[in-house]
Amino acid sequence: MVEKKTIGQKVVNGFIVLILLILALSCLLPLLYNLAVSLSSKAAAEAGLVSFWPVDFTLAAYKEIMGDKSFFVSFWVSVKRVGLSLLITLPVLTMAAYPLAKTKEEFRPRNVILWLFVFCMMFSGGTIPWYMVMKQYHLLNSVFGLAICGGIPVFNLILTVNFFQGIPKEMEEAAMVDGAGPWHILLRIIVPLSKPVLATIALFTIVGHWNEFFQGLVLSTGQEHYPLQTYIKQLIFQLDTSQMTAEQIKQASMMSNTTLNAAKIFISMVPVLCIYPFLQKYFVAGITLGGVKE
Amino acid sequence: MKKSRNRTKSRTVSYWIMVLPALVWMVAINIVPMFGIVMAFQDFNPGKGIFGSEFVGLENFEYMMQMKDVSQIFTNTIVIAVGKLILNVLVPVCFALLLNEIKNVVFKRCVQTVVYLPHFISWVVMGGILLDVFGLYGPINGILSNFGFEPIAFFRSSKLFRQLVIGTDVWKEFGFNAVVYLAALTGISPELYEAASIDGAGRWKRMWHITLPGIKPVIVLMTILALGNILNAGFDQIYNLYNQAVYSTGDIIDTWVYRVGLNDMQFSLATAVGLLKSVVGFLMISGSYLIAYKKANYRIF
Repeated sequence: MVEKKTIGQKVVNGFIVLILLILALSCLLPLLYNLAVSLSSKAAAEAGLVSFWPVDFTLAAYKEIMGDKSFFVSFWVSVKRVGLSLLITLPVLTMAAYPLAKTKEEFRPRNVILWLFVFCMMFSGGTIPWYMVMKQYHLLNSVFGLAICGGIPVFNLILTVNFFQGIPKEMEEAAMVDGAGPWHILLRIIVPLSKPVLATIALFTIVGHWNEFFQGLVLSTGQEHYPLQTYIKQLIFQLDTSQMTAEQIKQASMMSNTTLNAAKIFISMVPVLCIYPFLQKYFVAGITLGGVKE
Repeated sequence: MKKSRNRTKSRTVSYWIMVLPALVWMVAINIVPMFGIVMAFQDFNPGKGIFGSEFVGLENFEYMMQMKDVSQIFTNTIVIAVGKLILNVLVPVCFALLLNEIKNVVFKRCVQTVVYLPHFISWVVMGGILLDVFGLYGPINGILSNFGFEPIAFFRSSKLFRQLVIGTDVWKEFGFNAVVYLAALTGISPELYEAASIDGAGRWKRMWHITLPGIKPVIVLMTILALGNILNAGFDQIYNLYNQAVYSTGDIIDTWVYRVGLNDMQFSLATAVGLLKSVVGFLMISGSYLIAYKKANYRIF
């Protein structure tokens, strides 16, 4: 379609590009601000001179982190939590989704079980009973507790069920004629075809568990058990400058360290920011195939 | 005949084994806490436990109705949630439409990747950064002071808090929320556009008569499904942004339940309010799914 562009159209085009650039830039600014503070000198950061570019560039904060044991303890808690949650979530959801993607004739209780899961997605006992049950299970201060305490991720399960339903029946029927059992079909036929949805729920699991702070706060009794985000929450809580006068900020900054905190925050964002662009094509496909079903 | 029945039976056994771990997980973590709801009807005493505490009937609910806090937190929750509901559909749709006008694939891809970014940052980190950026000595006030404005303590102002919460949430999620609309846009046949431009339809006419009707089903569906979240104003976000000065406009059901329940140890009262929220929320979500099923032929699975 060749179209002659009038001046008016060019202006409109330029305007659209400009709006999109501003929107995209706005999404980068908080990251830039944080990075700029972490790379500035303490004096400049604490005087509020840093906006979106480092002032008196220095790597001092990043060197200082190397000696901060509690940061790495929490970092390691989060790494273990994400790893364990992947090890649990992916096999459990894949296994459950296969029979649930069958028709009612093939697996009679399918609808009842699915509705039970959906009910659990929409209704919960609330924070207080949940906390007490976790305590009864002795899941406080435990990485395993953090990995499973959110309950079964129903949304991800349904995403997987819907994806499995979209796989052509002929593929497994051929294998069934050859005498293959359900486990064989699931492992050899379904799983290899399900890369987009498995990548999507892996991404959602990683991001969800990496970014989660509340369960870490409620289910830990001491800082040495905090996952990274809960640890960061404590840092920010101590240093919420929006609520302080200039004098208080001066006092607080003598006790804590703005640039060091900014560096910690930046490092905490890096793992997730490194993963999502590579999984982008998968989660776009995963959401559209599994989520919006018409 | 007998052999095939045996095979069907062994297959069903395998199916049960496959769903079993998921069922155990659900029962242990999702279902068991639901029995804790009885605390809402007790004067719960941690020393005596659920089985030893005294039943008080609806006393907690009566007490709740008399509290000024409670009507306030329900109002705050609904106002913030409705604001988010509307703008979280409107802004992503507009963004998707604008992006759809761009023909340069590389530029398009780059913008998309960048606007997904805030979605993947936690509210702990984002809240901390936003409090700094909007703080008294942050860059926003720095810019304003160049124009001669007095510094504003944005997140300390109960007048501005709701708008800021809605605005920052919409900003954080618009890219990710646009995914479904962008996918719907690629489904519109290019022939329709070609036919329209042969008929002399300009950019706006094409957008109005082809693009919008093309994605209307998805817009309707997403709006209906969002209706169910009318009592979810976003705990993570507000917990990481609020402070005592903005309780009057910014305290929502979830943050209140957390403070009253886990900080003040009023387990029964907090559970009662939480239960009310869960029940109303459940009805809203079921209702919205039912409407989506009737109107848009939407099925969850």
